Amino acid sequence: MKKLWRFRGGVKLPGFKTLSNSASIRQSLIPGVVTIPLRQHIGETAEPVVKVGDHVYKGQLIATSGNFISAPVHASTSGSVIAIDKHTVPHKSGIAEVCVVIETDGADQWHPDIEPCTHPNNLSADELRTRIREAGIVGLGGAVFPSAAKLKPTRPIDTLVINGVECEPYITCDDVLMRSRPEDIIRGILLLRRLVDPAECIIAVEDNKPEAIKALNDAIKKLKIAGVGSVNTIHVVAIPTVYPAGSEKQLIKVLTGKEVPQQGLPYEVGIVCLNVGTTAATYDAIYDGKPLVSRLVSITGPQIKHPANYNVLLGTPVAHLLEDAGVRHVDDTKLIMGGPMMGHDLPHAQVPVVKATNCILAEKAAPLENIASMPCIRCGACATACPIGLLPQQLYWHSRGKDFDKLEHYNLPDCIECGCCAVVCPSHIPLVHYFRYAKTEKAAHELKLKLADQARLRTQEREARLERVKKEQEERKARRKAARLKKKAATANQHNADGAESAAKVST
Amino acid sequence: MAVLILTILALVFGGILGFVAIRFRVEGDPIVEKIDSILPQTQCGQCGYPGCRPYAQAIADDEAEINQCPPGGDAGVQALADLLGSEPIPLNPENGEADDGLPMVAVIDEETCIGCTKCVQVCPVDAIVGAAKHKHNVLDAYCTGCELCLPPLCPVEDCIVMRAVEPSIKSWKWPNPEAVDEGQAA
Repeated sequence: MKKLWRFRGGVKLPGFKTLSNSASIRQSLIPGVVTIPLRQHIGETAEPVVKVGDHVYKGQLIATSGNFISAPVHASTSGSVIAIDKHTVPHKSGIAEVCVVIETDGADQWHPDIEPCTHPNNLSADELRTRIREAGIVGLGGAVFPSAAKLKPTRPIDTLVINGVECEPYITCDDVLMRSRPEDIIRGILLLRRLVDPAECIIAVEDNKPEAIKALNDAIKKLKIAGVGSVNTIHVVAIPTVYPAGSEKQLIKVLTGKEVPQQGLPYEVGIVCLNVGTTAATYDAIYDGKPLVSRLVSITGPQIKHPANYNVLLGTPVAHLLEDAGVRHVDDTKLIMGGPMMGHDLPHAQVPVVKATNCILAEKAAPLENIASMPCIRCGACATACPIGLLPQQLYWHSRGKDFDKLEHYNLPDCIECGCCAVVCPSHIPLVHYFRYAKTEKAAHELKLKLADQARLRTQEREARLERVKKEQEERKARRKAARLKKKAATANQHNADGAESAAKVST
Repeated sequence: MAVLILTILALVFGGILGFVAIRFRVEGDPIVEKIDSILPQTQCGQCGYPGCRPYAQAIADDEAEINQCPPGGDAGVQALADLLGSEPIPLNPENGEADDGLPMVAVIDEETCIGCTKCVQVCPVDAIVGAAKHKHNVLDAYCTGCELCLPPLCPVEDCIVMRAVEPSIKSWKWPNPEAVDEGQAA
């Protein structure tokens, strides 16, 4: 039995997992049109490489970027590109970003160049990394960080952590994935392990998913019997069900007792952490040569008639999925992308499913918001619940006062917006909303200062330039004047000389 | 005796002060720098001075009030009052109306531009590029929205207009929860 640690704070939440984890995976039907945003990851937007009118195959590259922190985007089904323009993306703001819109032909035909790799073990580490990058794989746990950027650690790695915790209520896509494709996940891990070369490898699963734990253990056993000896160092570890145990830094603390430094990354303490979905996507990319064009999405919540996990083509409109799953009362339904704790409202149901979409939660409209928030009574429950060890109460005051220096002092940037503080608050203060508000206000303020500095510098440089030009002009003028005087003097001399000569001639 | 001691002390301390004044001389005027760092650097001249720094100098010299900067708004006046230890006063309407907070940039219509270079010369942050008889263009990232290039400077009607910067996910801000709370109560 592996020794486990505890992270501070956290809350126990009702899971609501049985709603969607009992049904088998359902294949969502191909929609008439898929809308694929060109930025589905943290980092730079990819540039389109197709034109309107082009025919595309499933898995064909449609946008790419040379930036290290970026991921290419592929067509999720075959059809023709009918537009490359701005559409609302699944973001709280409802802002439109550039998307490639594909009218599907229903054939769902893979690109002819895509073929399975017969000997993935013969590929070099660099080739593996390139293929993972080119397949557009990003962290599928929700943070959508381009995975290839994680797989080139600059220092030795002790532990590779595969995150199958899935701690938010309602979401079950990782659970169902682990139960349905355990062997693929293990094979994916074996590939990833070659890239980071860790001493050990841990698959962490919350103890409320016994079937997933059993499936993974069985798969390891099976591979061991099949003679894949290197699975020996892969261990499945059941961890206690406490929210937010699935958050990267909290999970690392539970498994190893190590704390990732403030605003640091796991590799600094010798750990690389990847989601199980990412692992399965790596398997697909290397063994089958298939880029990331679909993902598992939990469609669940009290308003859904048939909650289940769907295998969804990226770019499918949420409304198309809801049609299949059935919504009870369309009018008073609130749609959330992600879980109830960290998810955000969708502006409307026409937004597409993206790489980050792990769950579509349909709740009754505004049950919580109806409870008006009461004044803070300084009970300190939020500080006890905070898994980071922040003081949400202080942050709350300073967020309201927009005191950016104080917010920095109380480490606002370290807040992971897990929502524990807001859940335990007896006054129902939407604390996380305040912190998100304060974070964006602070960023806007800093940007304003940066632009002001830039403008100041440019003004100074312009003035210096004007000064220099003026000086140069004056100098040129002075030079010209001097030249003119000299010439005049020279001609006068000549004249004089000529005069003297002629005078001399006359005298002789 | 007492007179002698005091005279010696006065000479010694005077010497120290004189030495310090030369040795630790502060280049420039720090108060002007501080005022300038509060001003929004739009360089629009609405205050009546040819840029933010001259206005900062004027405030430091007690020649100008602190309420002449519309882009800075009331928050700017407040910050200046805090710095200078004076009372905040409302913005002077003669200098123009306060900014509504939406960042604006100038846009040149390439079809109507005649290439007169007037705007290129007046732009305080060199954010307009172009040469005589060639179409000009604004570098969005550097434009401060000062409006100095607008007509009557620009001789062509509807050539240069101000446009709000398009909101993006990066620049989007979460709404204030307090406002949302009140909105629901009402």
